[in-house]
Order: sequence, then structure tokens, then C-alpha cells
Amino acid sequence: MSPTDQSTPIIEITDIVREFHGRRVLNGISFKVFKGDTMIVMGGSGCGKSTLLRHVIGAMKPTSGSIKLFGEEITTMDEQALSKIRRRFGMLFQSGALLQSLTVGENVALPILEHGKLAPDIVDLMVKMKLEMVGLTGFEHLKPAEISGGMKKRVGLARALALDPELIFSDEPTSGLDPIMTSVVDILTKELTRKLGVTALVVTHDMVSAFRIGTRMIMLGTGPNQGKLIAAGTPEEIRAHPNPEVQQFIKGEADGPVPFKLSKDDYVTRLLGHPRHQKTTLS
Amino acid sequence: MKQYFALNGQIFYWTLLAPFRGQPFKVAEVFHQMVLIGVRALPMAALTSFSIGLTLAMQAAAQLRKMGVLNFVPDLVSVSLLRELGPLLIAVIVIGRSGSAVTAELGTMKVSEEIEALEVMAINPVRFLVVPRVLAMLVMLPVLTVFGDCVGMVGGWSICHFALDFNTATYIVRSVTRADAWDLYSGIVKSFVFAWLIITIACHMGLRVEGGAEGVGHATTGSVVWSLLIMLIANALLTAVFFFS
Repeated sequence: MSPTDQSTPIIEITDIVREFHGRRVLNGISFKVFKGDTMIVMGGSGCGKSTLLRHVIGAMKPTSGSIKLFGEEITTMDEQALSKIRRRFGMLFQSGALLQSLTVGENVALPILEHGKLAPDIVDLMVKMKLEMVGLTGFEHLKPAEISGGMKKRVGLARALALDPELIFSDEPTSGLDPIMTSVVDILTKELTRKLGVTALVVTHDMVSAFRIGTRMIMLGTGPNQGKLIAAGTPEEIRAHPNPEVQQFIKGEADGPVPFKLSKDDYVTRLLGHPRHQKTTLS
Repeated sequence: MKQYFALNGQIFYWTLLAPFRGQPFKVAEVFHQMVLIGVRALPMAALTSFSIGLTLAMQAAAQLRKMGVLNFVPDLVSVSLLRELGPLLIAVIVIGRSGSAVTAELGTMKVSEEIEALEVMAINPVRFLVVPRVLAMLVMLPVLTVFGDCVGMVGGWSICHFALDFNTATYIVRSVTRADAWDLYSGIVKSFVFAWLIITIACHMGLRVEGGAEGVGHATTGSVVWSLLIMLIANALLTAVFFFS
């Protein structure tokens, strides 16, 4: 296992805040990801994980704060400069986000054809190699609508790896995959990061997978800690973290600091009508 | 509105400037879109134009017969088709058939993160998706219009020939002598303007979709309504400029 390079932060997030209609979805988040690291971003549903990821890839601009990729500030970058940065990373979307009008092979070939001038048979070979990596050889000619959700995700991963990126972003890479494929994707991520020095930022709910591949972890809070970083460290540090919300999350317990029934305290008031509670218009 | 004009600017950039800076659009995709937008609309355009040519000839015959000038039916059919009804009707068909399809397709791509995926792969969606559709529409709508004009005149001929006892040669000669080249060109210019309006509105609406399937539905309806409205206003303005000044 090659140690991570602590001198070069590939991703450097400093105090980013994002507000939507006065609500802080991201609240002063700062962290660094070094070369060769696999950073896991955890947190309950709606805590802002995906929003954070969208900021890091430059799809959203923060209300304030700084985001540096490969040492360059992306929040103030124009589209052209951002394009150059984007060629250096790959992104696996939660749904795969394959282009429905193209075949599986064309989807994987797309970034190669768009950003390189290679002979068609080389491109063909590269596509086959990438599909082989995710166990989908022979599916080149199918359309995304003809394959399962898990397969789409694997094609999405093959496409993210098409240009041999230095950095990979994954949004829920193992959701919808069977246990065997989850292991395959985890091993693939591990090999890329440990052997080839690729850096990864993975947003996930899957704790088994997270502890299998992660070298660093952060967790975003919910409720009163919405959008704040409540824990950061190595997998061992996170396992031993004193924060009960972190423990509840990694152990997958139904009740704890995040209550089983979120609204149990004022259930009766809500049910019977409270002057400040907005009435629904269902009836 | 600002975003719509920004999209227009981007289309100009990616069509005219970017290819000279080593970022060309896909020519093969332009032809693919020409088939989807234009060729597949041919049967519908033909049927509509034929029935309008037929109707025009019947209405003209009914009125002109009273004045005893039935021989003016071909003149009326050809001039109305070339100047107004040809470009207008074909544009209406293309709005309903192709403009709505473009909005729905781009909108679905937006909500299923395909557009975002393109951006993350450093592939500009305007270059990759919009420019081929714009060029295809700019070529195919005028082509469909000329085709519709011809089929409409065949519709007029069928009434004149079978119901009014015109011989074919007389019909053709009267149509061609009364309608001059400018009548045809003005129709083509109109259809070119309509093509730009229809496709830019369709793409703009598609790329701005938010909120899942419901958003796609709203955008598609909006695209058809706005395209029709703006196209009719543009038609009135162009008629005023071409024939009323």
C-alpha cells in the first residue's frame, strides 16, 4: 500500500457556506483531500452530501468560501478554465447519468473521443478495457434502457475512468449493486487509489463499503447540526468517535441523537392542529 | 429572457467561432437531427399542405365563381401558399411535432443528470446537443416549406383539374406567372426566421427544466405555446415589412 502524499492537497475546501432561500445547507465546511486518499463523505439523508459534491465539481457556486482543485480556485473560474480542470477528474453519478441516446460502448467512448485524437481501433480497445474492468464485456451494443440499474452504474464508472483521471468523484457508488458487484467496485476503487495514486471522494451510505475503501472520513450532521462537519478523521478515529450521532450512524441504530420519530414531541399538536402549524391541503 | 439571449449568443459562438478554435460540432449529429426534425415530418407536412391547397381552391372557387373569374383560382392558391400559409402551416406542424420533442428530450436529459454529466466531462451541452438541432432545423424548415408549397399547389390543382375543368398546363402557367420569385423567397426567409425562433425556444425551455416529470411536461407545453405565439407575431411583422411597406 502506497502512503498518501501529505504535501499536495488535491481538494482543499475552506469554510464553504451555501444558502437556499435563507436555509444553510452547507455551513462552514472545511477539509483537505491529499493525493492517493479515499475520502468518504457520510451523513443522513438531506444533510447536504450531494450538494457538497456538486460544489466540488463546480456545478454549483457556494454562497461563500473557497474550493480548490489541484491547487486552483474553482469558485471564481470561468467555464473554459473549469473545463480544463474537469478533464482531470471523472465522476460517477448516483443514477449513472448515461446518455440514453447512445449505446453503452458509445457512452464510455464519449470522453475519449471528445478529448483525444485517437484511432478508432484504439478507442474501441480502450472502451473494451474499461468495460472489462467493471465486468461488462459484451454489453457495448446495448442501450442504457436495456440494462439494469446496477449495470448502468457500472457503465457510469467505466465512463468516469475512461480518461484515466487523477481524481474520481462517486455519488453512492454501491447503491443498487448486489454484494458481489459492491465488492468488485470497492476493490476497483482500492486498486486505483492504492496502486495508481488516484484520489477519490466518495459520498456513501454504505458503511461496510465506506470502511473497506476509506482512508479518511468526514460526516455531515443533521437537525441542529445541519450542514456542519461533525466528525473527521481516519476510519479508526471515526469508529472510536465520541459523538453519539456518529456512533448511531455508523452502527445503523434506529433511535439515538437522531430520534426514531422525528416529530414525536409535538405529534399530538400537529395532528390536532396548532395555531402556528401550517394546515395541509390534502383534503 | 436574459438566459434566452445568452443561449442565442452561445449558439452563435459554438456554430461560427468555436469550430475555428479546434472545437467543432458533430456534423454527423446534424444529419441525424435533420432526419428526426425534418424527414420524419414529411408525411404530416404533405398531408396538411395538400388539404390546405384543396381547401383554398374550393373557397376561392366559391367566391370567384360569383364574380365570374374562376381562372384566378390558381393565382390565389399559389400566392397565399407561398407568402403566408405555406411557411405558417409547416411551422405550426414542426412546433407541435419537433419543437415539443426537442424540449421534452432535453428536459428529460436535464432531470436525469445527463446534461450535468456532459458538463462534468467538460463537454459543452450547447455544442454537443443544441448546435446540431439548431442547424438541422435551419435547413429542414425552409426545405419542408418549399415541399409544402409544392404539395399545396398539387392540392389546388386537384380541385381545379377535377372539379373546375382546368387543364394542367393552364394551372401551372397561371400559378407560375402570377406568383413571382419574391413570393417564394419571402416564404423561405420567413421559414428561416421561424426555424430560429422555434428551435431556440425549444432548446431554452428544455435546458431550463427543473422538478422531474412534471417540469418536463410544463416546459414542453410552454415551448409549444411560446413558439406559436412568437412565431405568429414574427409572421405579422415580416408580412408588414415584406408586403405592406
